[in-house]
Amino acid sequence: MIDWEPLLLTFKLAAITTGILLVIAVPLGYYLAYSRSRLKPVLETLVSMPLVLPPTVLGFYLLITFSAGHPVGQFIESWLGIRLLFSFPGLVIGSVIYSLPFMVQPIQAGFASLPKSLKEAAYVLGKSRFTTLRKVLLPNMKPALLSGVVLAFAHTVGEFGVVLMIGGNIPGRTRVASIAIYDEVEALNYDAANTYSMILFAITFLLLLLVYLFNGGYLKKIIS
Amino acid sequence: MIEISLRKKLNAADGPVTLEADLNIETGTINTLYGASGTGKTSTFRMLAGLLAPEEGTIVINGNTWYDSKKKINLKPQQRNVGFMFQDYALFPNMSVRENLEFALKNDQNKAIIDQLIDIIALNELQHRKPETLSGGQKQRVAFARALVNKPDLVLLDEPLAALDKSMRHKLQKYIAEVQREMGFTMLIISHDVGEILRLSHRIFLLEHGKIASPQKPASFFTSSAVSGKFQFEAEVLSIQKEGIIYILNLLVGNRLVKIVAQPDDVENLSIGDQVIVASKGFNPLIYKI
Repeated sequence: MIDWEPLLLTFKLAAITTGILLVIAVPLGYYLAYSRSRLKPVLETLVSMPLVLPPTVLGFYLLITFSAGHPVGQFIESWLGIRLLFSFPGLVIGSVIYSLPFMVQPIQAGFASLPKSLKEAAYVLGKSRFTTLRKVLLPNMKPALLSGVVLAFAHTVGEFGVVLMIGGNIPGRTRVASIAIYDEVEALNYDAANTYSMILFAITFLLLLLVYLFNGGYLKKIIS
Repeated sequence: MIEISLRKKLNAADGPVTLEADLNIETGTINTLYGASGTGKTSTFRMLAGLLAPEEGTIVINGNTWYDSKKKINLKPQQRNVGFMFQDYALFPNMSVRENLEFALKNDQNKAIIDQLIDIIALNELQHRKPETLSGGQKQRVAFARALVNKPDLVLLDEPLAALDKSMRHKLQKYIAEVQREMGFTMLIISHDVGEILRLSHRIFLLEHGKIASPQKPASFFTSSAVSGKFQFEAEVLSIQKEGIIYILNLLVGNRLVKIVAQPDDVENLSIGDQVIVASKGFNPLIYKI
């Protein structure tokens, strides 16, 4: 029988990361979709970096930044009392950065695909920017939001390099499923590795299937 | 009284033009802004609604300043009490027809106006439908009603009758006229359809080469520009009779009764009581001394 802890830890990490990302990505995607600032291309590039950067590079710099010897790591540890290196909070921060483009890009595209007149119509009707965002823009881009949520979640589940660099392999704290698979293979426990892998495979397949069913309008057809 | 004087550089179809939009509109009237496409009609509307910044000028609505470049006043769209019917309708897809109208209510506004508008514009049976299930004409009616909900000081209709077939045009024209009569809105309508103008407007502003000409009454507007008739009369339609494949119109010209032959196309949008212009061209008159 396998140890369920790495799987639970993986989904806890993915859920918390997705939640934080949603809060960050809505304003960020809104800004990127509508801003005409000259800083925008720079910001867009930064957001997209994790797509092309090897996870070990990101992990390496986070490792340096989080360490007690670095001013940032020192500051966080002495002022907030949180140690980020080899800890769950550290993993969350790493995952948020690593999965950022998977949440921001669909949401940015979602905003950009809405007709400009929807926003303008709401403004002319006297509605504030926040009310317009909440009542008009977000409800009309549910497919984009769902894509962002599921992609960010699934991508965090599949994360390996960053976790290994900044989290290590501490059972119950940083030993997520992808690390556990690697660990079991190293120990020649192919059965356990297979079980973990099958579960991850099935869950990520179902999640993505859900997105395509929903965004393709198939769910509505099945219900009606 | 609505006093508008705006300057804005635009990239029009034939090179950059400075749009000089000077117009005074009387409260409670229907006014048409007429002109070829790409002359800055929609830009004028967007400046009035606060969606586009003019370079200089003033907008004063019944004594309230919405925009004044010298005094650095520029109210946001939210602060201007304006109704805007967009060319693409801009209905909110996540809301039903009724919810679209209710969204437009001000915080403390009485909801009674929603039922009143739904009644006038005949949306009763559609009120719980989502916009995606409506036809083009129905969407247009909803967009029109939504622009009126918060009782705006100025209603801007951008090509309200475009993309409609003739009978639908006729209906929406009727609704616009009816709402205006019952609720007394001040409206400015963009149009390049000649038929709409005569039916709806009290005044017509012609936008040409970036300038808005002084307002004209519909009848004089036609006689001076659109129709180059040799003889023309203003007349009232007294009756429309079908005779085989053509129609006979009985018209009152001055105090004389005149019968004329009309094609089915001509009478499609006519009803008894309408004011029309009868013009003729390309004929040689006979002259007798009496």
